[in-house]
Amino acid sequence: MEEKNKLPVERITANSSGLNLKIREVWRYRDLILLFVRRDFVAQYKQTILGPLWLIIQPLLTTLTFYIIFSKIAKIPTGGIDPILFYLSGITLWNYFSDCLTKTSNTFVANAGIFGKVYFPRLVIPLSVILSNLIKFGIQCMLLVLVFIVQSMRNDLAFNGNWALWMLPLFILIMALMGLGLGLIFSALTVKYRDLSYLLTFSVQLLMYATPILYPLSFAQGTLRNVIAFNPLTELFESFRYGLFSIGAINGTGIIYTVSFTLVVLILGIFVFNRVERSFMDTV
Amino acid sequence: MEVIKVEHLYKQYRLGQVNTGTLSHDLNRWWSKMLGKEDPYQKITETNDRTSRQGSDYVWALEDIHFNVQQGDVFGIIGRNGAGKSTLLKLLSKVTAPTKGSITLHGRVASLLEVGTGFHPELTGRENIFLNGAILGMTKAEIRAKFDEIVAFSGVEKYIDTPVKRYSSGMYVRLAFAVAAHLEPEILIVDEVLAVGDAEFQKKCLGKMKEVSGQGRTVIFVSHNMAAVKSLCTKGIVLDQGRVVYHGTASEAVTAYYALNASKLTSHLVAHDFDSAPGGAEVRLKRMGITPEQPQCTDEIVLDVEFYNRSTANSIAISFDILNQDELVLFGSGTLLHEANGLFKGSCIIPQDLLNNGLYSVNLYVHTDAYQPLFNVLQQLRFEVLESERNYAYFGKINGALRPKLTWK
Repeated sequence: MEEKNKLPVERITANSSGLNLKIREVWRYRDLILLFVRRDFVAQYKQTILGPLWLIIQPLLTTLTFYIIFSKIAKIPTGGIDPILFYLSGITLWNYFSDCLTKTSNTFVANAGIFGKVYFPRLVIPLSVILSNLIKFGIQCMLLVLVFIVQSMRNDLAFNGNWALWMLPLFILIMALMGLGLGLIFSALTVKYRDLSYLLTFSVQLLMYATPILYPLSFAQGTLRNVIAFNPLTELFESFRYGLFSIGAINGTGIIYTVSFTLVVLILGIFVFNRVERSFMDTV
Repeated sequence: MEVIKVEHLYKQYRLGQVNTGTLSHDLNRWWSKMLGKEDPYQKITETNDRTSRQGSDYVWALEDIHFNVQQGDVFGIIGRNGAGKSTLLKLLSKVTAPTKGSITLHGRVASLLEVGTGFHPELTGRENIFLNGAILGMTKAEIRAKFDEIVAFSGVEKYIDTPVKRYSSGMYVRLAFAVAAHLEPEILIVDEVLAVGDAEFQKKCLGKMKEVSGQGRTVIFVSHNMAAVKSLCTKGIVLDQGRVVYHGTASEAVTAYYALNASKLTSHLVAHDFDSAPGGAEVRLKRMGITPEQPQCTDEIVLDVEFYNRSTANSIAISFDILNQDELVLFGSGTLLHEANGLFKGSCIIPQDLLNNGLYSVNLYVHTDAYQPLFNVLQQLRFEVLESERNYAYFGKINGALRPKLTWK
């Protein structure tokens, strides 16, 4: 009878427990999260010649393109920040957000094969996506540091980061959670309405232009500025740059707005994800 | 001790195109809910019968399922294709959620449902052991502790650091099975492992099952192989059209399953005209039958066949096989039939005291007289041979696929 108490008891019913995060269960599967991260890396770069070098080539070429078009031709100011560093920091941050969002958004559709056969907490997949993108982001950050040093020596700039530099990990966490929350919402919706995945790809592209990546917020005036400030990502990008270059400012209200938005999206995301994960196999 | 308890379990599926019109159905459902009406798509009237098409797009794959499994049982789930076995397994392994009702599980569940789930072709055997093991619910430490054992069991030591895409399919399955076999769940689900793999592989699977149940853990076994169910399982249920029609010991469950099949016997196939008859363009089956309809072991059985002929040929070659309920071909016979009045006719006599009691089916093969195949009629004719009255003391089942009367001196 002693043994009876040791066995975990589980009750499967029709009604789902909406907001139950199942943190314990996910924690028990932590090794699986790491193994998925590893699989993503190995599978992505095996049989490519340049391998992980692509992680560096992509932001460099994009920065160069932006530099030529927006700085040289369109002559959009970068708020006193070295244009190369301005674009590269923006792109690095944006890549992380958009990868988190788009790659978690197809969790169910892309993993239907495994999900149909074995049970494990489905949240493992989006978490592994966030994590493997974090590693990519880390590599791209190292590139940013390298370019920072090179540009500083070339243009004789002094590094003048400030206290906000230490807040950067927090900003990145908020951004990752926002991407996760939105991704979870979309992953649940695309199970039923596939059109949404096209809408999402398209919207993410447009969202980039509504985020101060190619221009500083100070460049936008009037109504346009309000529209851009309405984008919860704006404050994160502004703060990120403030921490790095000490140019611009951190807006307290903006941060509160962004954090609240993230929390709402995350809670809603977990809620719909939990609802869908229990029966999506019947509709895929 | 009860390890699995299933109470009033229901599962509903939607038929046909799932991705069209869901928005309108969703709105309709939502609207009914707002008005306080019952869900228009959840009326409990349709049963899971694939042969008759109902008006509704929704079907109950499982209806009011109720059973329990004790610790250490090897529990068989039997039923014909489409009876709801796979759905039940999906619910037990939490792949999908029930529509109504509940399942209570004591302990971890793992399944040998699909070995090799999550194997990635680019990863090496070693990496895949870890990935697959983790997907099946093991921690890294648990896998590491059993790693050598898993590799030895799979017999692919030499290639353990080679990507699995370079493996032969046999190596792939062996490695995948080795991982699954080293899980240590309290409840193990084994689905149709006897349908895949070679004899050696099957032996390993069955050996593993016996080992698991010997350790006081519980096994859920799903198979079409009644002999395996009888010899391995202790208890079982029979599913038919989404309902439990029998719940008891395994051997009684097998008997119940046979009885269920017997109720679906067809001892005569008759076509009323050429158009409705099965067959090829010019030669079709008019009639095929067994006489008497329910023979005893001691009866002479006559198999009659009759064909329509609209071809210029004046003879055809036919043959038939008699299959027992394990779908094993017991014997067959063939002959040439000659035309008379636009028909080919023939009868074959199966002598008395040849077939044992049990269920049989007939495969009919039709060829031209030059042995070019024309058409086959497979397992449509099903008949039962009944136990004959015996005037001696033993009343048990007499062993053997056949039951010939032999001479003693």
